Amino acid sequence: MAEIFAYIKHADGVADDSALELFVAAKKIAADATVTAVVTGSGADMDKICTEMAAVYNAVWKIDNAALAYPNAEVVRKALVNTLPADSIVLLPHDTFGMDLGPGLSIKMDSSFAADIVGIEGTDGGALKVIRQEFSGQVSTHVTCDIAAGAVLNIRPGVFQYDDSKAGGDVADKSGDAGDLSVKRTFLEVVEAEAGDVDITKSEVLVSVGRGIEDEDNVEIVFDLAEAMGADVSCSRPIVDAKWMEKSRQVGTSGQTVKPKVYMAMGISGSFQHMGGIKGNPFIVAVNKNTKAPIFQVADVGIEADILEFIPELQEAIEGL
Amino acid sequence: MEILVCVKRVPDTSENEIEINSDGNDIERDDLVYSVNEWDNYAVEEAIQIVDKVGGSVTVVTVGDDESEEVLRREMAMGANNGLLLTDDAFEGSDGKGIATILKGAVEKGNYDLIMTGAQADEGAAQVGGMLAAMMDYPYASLVNLIEAGDGKLKVGREIEGGNQEMNEIELPCVLSIQTGINEPRYVGIRGIRKVASVEIPELGAGDLGVDAAAIGEDAAKVKRVDYFMPDMGEGAEMLEGSTEEIIAKLIEYLKAKGGLK
Ligand SMILES: Cc1cc2nc3c(=O)[nH]c(=O)nc-3n(C[C@H](O)[C@H](O)[C@H](O)COP(=O)(O)OP(=O)(O)OC[C@H]3O[C@@H](n4cnc5c(N)ncnc54)[C@H](O)[C@@H]3O)c2cc1C
Ligand SMILES: Nc1ncnc2c1ncn2[C@@H]1O[C@H](COP(=O)(O)O)[C@@H](O)[C@H]1O
Repeated sequence: MAEIFAYIKHADGVADDSALELFVAAKKIAADATVTAVVTGSGADMDKICTEMAAVYNAVWKIDNAALAYPNAEVVRKALVNTLPADSIVLLPHDTFGMDLGPGLSIKMDSSFAADIVGIEGTDGGALKVIRQEFSGQVSTHVTCDIAAGAVLNIRPGVFQYDDSKAGGDVADKSGDAGDLSVKRTFLEVVEAEAGDVDITKSEVLVSVGRGIEDEDNVEIVFDLAEAMGADVSCSRPIVDAKWMEKSRQVGTSGQTVKPKVYMAMGISGSFQHMGGIKGNPFIVAVNKNTKAPIFQVADVGIEADILEFIPELQEAIEGL
Repeated sequence: MEILVCVKRVPDTSENEIEINSDGNDIERDDLVYSVNEWDNYAVEEAIQIVDKVGGSVTVVTVGDDESEEVLRREMAMGANNGLLLTDDAFEGSDGKGIATILKGAVEKGNYDLIMTGAQADEGAAQVGGMLAAMMDYPYASLVNLIEAGDGKLKVGREIEGGNQEMNEIELPCVLSIQTGINEPRYVGIRGIRKVASVEIPELGAGDLGVDAAAIGEDAAKVKRVDYFMPDMGEGAEMLEGSTEEIIAKLIEYLKAKGGLK
């Protein structure tokens, strides 16, 4: 079995949740695998992250270089291609960074690529069997990935929960192997999201609406229901893309992270990018006209209904209490 | 600026409930409504807007079969100048790397400054753009939600976690994958489609593109789908049944118990 490497995402001296999830995923590929954490970056935070990872991973490779101070995927790719053995299995989180890095890395390492892995069933000869989803989670698939010449595997965040398992190892400084890191894409700055008129991250009850609302004119009924309930209104991404609501109301990985007590998902299919923004294990009510919508797998209570009819009826009943 | 936009014909998830066929080896494809991948529409709109500002032309390209021509025509009705249909039996069964290899053939036959893809398509892989860029040795930026054209380079915003935006400068030629919300794709009416109905769309196969047959198709695919299955529902939601009044009464009980009503 080729060596397994996990790329450790970190910012401001704090490792991303994916950092330890990738260790769990790696052990699913082979329980006895030697798994090395790769930490790239620059400056004072590096040693802290490396020490934390050395407590869990079999080994840590540290690549310290001023060009890696911000994780520009193009620069990181060069550092990894120059440092890692050619037939490595490289694990990345399937997030905005992993999507930026993974596909191109697999080409440059001449290895296979599998995206957004949600399950790992183990290896059979040179092939790894994994589980993926298609059509925003409506169906699942088993996929075989030829890993004989190495692979880049993007792992869905939050799936392989860290379980306190540990190997433990040493930190090796590989900074000298990073080589030429010049690229044709330069990082400039991060522009922070603008605050909106409501702060849904503080809301205890959210009535959240998705593409099932169908038309801008219908958005009103959601606000009316929320008012009757004493709740705030949030939404899924397509509602913001269509400019029917402000970005500050979007729940999900590229929007807000909310921690309400009750979350009412109205006409939302339940994609992982949406669900990734819901924390604190709220009571989830899903109303959807498709009983196979993935949201019903994670909701506490489900209702098969047309939200355009159901929302006004629920509002009326609540007002009549 | 000469812009190539890669588009894919996919089953429209807002129009279909996706079901698995009885053999479990495919989804039920009868009666499926297809459309252009949501993300690709934003990419084409962005390309048209750039060309409106700085001049040039927009070419849309797809790897598919005869039926894929309809998505090219749709994007040409939006305002793309040219269409290219890459089709060949040898392409069948290609994995993401195979599709990127075929598209590379089309890129090399043109003289494009900018290549755009959608951020992801129906399989949720988000892979073709990044692979194509690496094969061409072009710089790449994914999940782009802002583009400002400059001289020999672009300023691009990438959407990152939490609604934040990562600003980058990227040299041309480059490949960008486009995130939804970057613009508001224009509406295409029947009239628009009719206007481009008779425009010739060239078809190119493996030979025309000069792609090595050993690098594409099912035999070259290192990543293969084995089957489709319904995800394990786990505990799943408790489905409320009965008349609407009964359902609402039960729901209100739950909401009261869980602190959902003020
Ligand atoms: C990098 C990246 C980041 C992303 N970040 C986010 C994010 O932060 N937040 C987010 O939400 N998404 C995000 N997305 C998009 C995400 O993948 C999904 O596309 C999106 O969440 C789908 O929104 P939806 O559930 O409203 O729409 P759909 O998936 O289209 O679902 C609509 C649902 O409504 C149901 N429906 C339709 N009509 C009715 C009706 N009349 N009554 C009842 N039900 C009805 C349908 O059955 C369907 O289940 C991101 C995607 C990418 C690639
Ligand atoms: N068959 C195809 N033909 C043309 N472009 C494609 C094809 N498949 C994928 N793409 C492009 O690659 C993007 C990402 O798709 P994927 O990597 O499959 O998630 C899509 O939005 C398209 O722009």
